[in-house]
Formats: sequence, C-alpha cells, structure tokens
Amino acid sequence: MTRQTKQSPRPLHRPRVLVAKIGLDGHDRGVKLVAKALRDAGIEVIYMGLHNTPEEIVRSAVQEDVDAIGLSILSAAHRTLFKEVMRLLKKQRADDIAVFGGGVIPSEDIPGLKRLGVRAVFTPGTPLEAIVMFVKEGLKSKG
Amino acid sequence: MSFPVRQIRNGDFRAAAKLITAIERGDPSAVPILKALAPYTGRAQVIGITGPVGAGKSSLINELTTGYRHLRRRVGILAVDPTSPVTGGAILGDRIRMRDHLTDPGVFIRSLAARGAPGGLPVLVLAEALHVLDALGMDVIFIETIGIGQDQTAVASIARTTAVVVNPTLGDEVQLLKAGFMEIADIFVVNKADLPGADRMALQLAELSDAVNPAPVFKTSALKHEGLDELIKGLNDIGKKTRR
Ligand SMILES: Nc1nc2c(ncn2[C@@H]2O[C@H](COP(=O)(O)OP(=O)(O)OP(=O)(O)O)[C@@H](O)[C@H]2O)c(=O)[nH]1
Ligand SMILES: [Mg+2]
Repeated sequence: MTRQTKQSPRPLHRPRVLVAKIGLDGHDRGVKLVAKALRDAGIEVIYMGLHNTPEEIVRSAVQEDVDAIGLSILSAAHRTLFKEVMRLLKKQRADDIAVFGGGVIPSEDIPGLKRLGVRAVFTPGTPLEAIVMFVKEGLKSKG
Repeated sequence: MSFPVRQIRNGDFRAAAKLITAIERGDPSAVPILKALAPYTGRAQVIGITGPVGAGKSSLINELTTGYRHLRRRVGILAVDPTSPVTGGAILGDRIRMRDHLTDPGVFIRSLAARGAPGGLPVLVLAEALHVLDALGMDVIFIETIGIGQDQTAVASIARTTAVVVNPTLGDEVQLLKAGFMEIADIFVVNKADLPGADRMALQLAELSDAVNPAPVFKTSALKHEGLDELIKGLNDIGKKTRR
C-alpha cells in the first residue's frame, strides 16, 4: 500500500477551523449555518455546538491543531469570554491560532476586542460568504 | 533527540497535535520524528469502535473514557468523520459527544476527516497517529470509524481489539452480516439497551456470531451509564487474548 498523501507533490493543506458557541445562552442555528458554509467551502470544521467554556475551546483547539477558532457569543460577557480565550491560548503557546467572533456585539465594543487580538467580528446580518472569505484569505496569508 | 520528539515524550499535547497534522498532510518532516518515536510505542491498548451511523460510538467512548480514567489510564481518541465528496470539506462532530473529557489533561481527542480514503478509513494516517499518541503516553487509544454503510473492516487491521456497536432497533440481522461486521468483531456491544429489544438483539448476535466468529456480546446504555464496567472488563480480557 502506498501512502496516498505522498502522491501529491506538495503537502496538502486543508484548513481546519473550530466552530463553537461560547457561554451559557441559547440556540445553535447560527453556528450550524457557519459550520456548513465553511464545510461547503472545502474546510474541515470541528463542530463543538453549544455551552462551551473558554478552557474547553482552547484545549480542544490545541488537540485538533486548528488554524482558526470561530466563536459565537450572544452574551453581554463577550469581552470577558474573549479575553479568557486569548489568555489561555497564550498560556498554551497557541496564540498563532486566529480567533474570530460573531454575535450581537455592539459596534463600540469591537475595537476593544480587536485590541485583545480577535482578528474579526461579524455582527448579525453579515453574509456567510464574508465569513468564508475571511477564513480562506486569513489562513492563506498565514501560510 | 530532536525537539518535537522530546516534547512528545514529555507529554506535550501541542507537539503531538502538530505531528498528527504533518502526518495528515503527508509532510516528509514527520518521517524522522516518527522513526525516533518508534522505540517508545507498542505499549498502548488500541480499541477500534465501529458500527452504523448514530449507534452511539462517540457517546460510548465518552463513557468508556470515564471508566478508564477511574482506573488511572490515560486515554487517546482518534475519531474519523466523513469528508464531503463534493467540496472536500467536513464537519467533524464526534468531540461534541465527548464533553466529559475536554479539559482533562489525561485525555487527548483528535478528529480526523476521511479525506476520500477507501472505506472511509484513512488507515495509514491512523496507524501513524496511533504511534504518536502511544509515544505521548496514552495507555488506551480508541479509534472511532465513520458510521456510513461502507466497508470499515480495515479498522481491525490497526486495532488490537475491535468492538462493533449496534442498537436494539437495528432489526434485520442480515444487514449486519452483509456489512462484514460479523467477521471483524472481537466484541459486540448492544448500545441503547435502555430501549426495548436489547435482550433479543443480544441473543440474535450471540447466535449469529457463534456460527461465523464467536465473540462475546455486551449490553450498554451510554445514556444511563449502564453496563460500562462489564464492557471494560470484557475489553481488557479480550485485549489479553489478542495481544500481538
Ligand atoms: N437512548 C439512548 N440514546 C443514546 C445512547 N447512546 C447514544 N445515544 C444517542 O444516540 C445519538 C447518536 O450518538 P453518537 O454517540 O453521536 O453516535 P455515533 O455512533 O458516534 O454517531 P456517528 O459518529 O454520527 O456515526 C445521540 O443523540 C445520542 O444521545 C444510549 O445508550 N441510549
Ligand atoms: Mg460519532
């Protein structure tokens, strides 16, 4: 048996993205749609559904060796939750993983999140294609 | 010893995860690292978990992991899900059923996409990823196959013990025979035994397996946390018998 992957001259780079809802709230319609859109764009999505804690997200991201983490937040605690995710990523020496977010986040809070290192924030109404584009382009430049 | 080798031998999850990615990509840099890790492998108990879609494979692994953690064994999990043949993308959703162990430093869970491997099982990637988890210090390693009705019998070639998980409602035993599951099972698990029909299914399986390939049958409920200690004992007994 030959190793299939060796047949291609260049190592196959297939982006891996963890998609999850963080915090205690809600329903999973939005994250599911994002997960499907990314899959349909040829991305491998580790789907973690609802009710995740920052520690669960970061440890999972490390073991799955993802290129990016997409978090949906509907809670007023978004700043605290993102901050904790970024802190834990740094602690695990995994802060090269790109973090992006979505949810009902007041526009005046977005610069603060960016300063924490969150690469992009998608508010409700953002077309799914924009998220897909961000992931594909963002990861390409990362190499 | 090269840097990643030392890190993995020291139990560094990030280094192990990166090496598995390199293996998946067919990156030649993985080859010398795997070679250097080889002396530290061959120790783990490798258990294949296969069976139809939705039989409860992931839920059962979650429960078994709880049991093995009580026995102070470190647990590695490699869970395969299908790749979309059209786009090449995948939704890897087994981890969501393994909620109880996401923050346990003694449990390493990695989801893998089938990426067009024959039968939906990337056997060579799995075989090398197993070595990584073994060298990382995992005592028990589960491989979860994709659940679609493809030929997944190849899991038996890399797992020391293969458990075939079915449900009471599966009904038609001819389906099982067709799928090639009967031949590869070291152990049968009737999961969802909280639903009616489990005893009948267990009996049918026992009769069938007597004719084809005698293997013990266990009943579990991952939902109600039942039958798991017995199953772990069964897996360990079989493990001893089939040790290579
Ligand atoms: N009633 C009952 N439901 C269960 C049991 N174990 C799992 N389930 C449910 O069965 C469904 C499928 O469980 P999974 O663990 O995802 O099954 P799987 O075999 O890993 O599924 P795939 O990976 O998609 O093939 C879920 O809704 C579980 O909650 C059980 O013992 N009893
Ligand atoms: Mg599963």
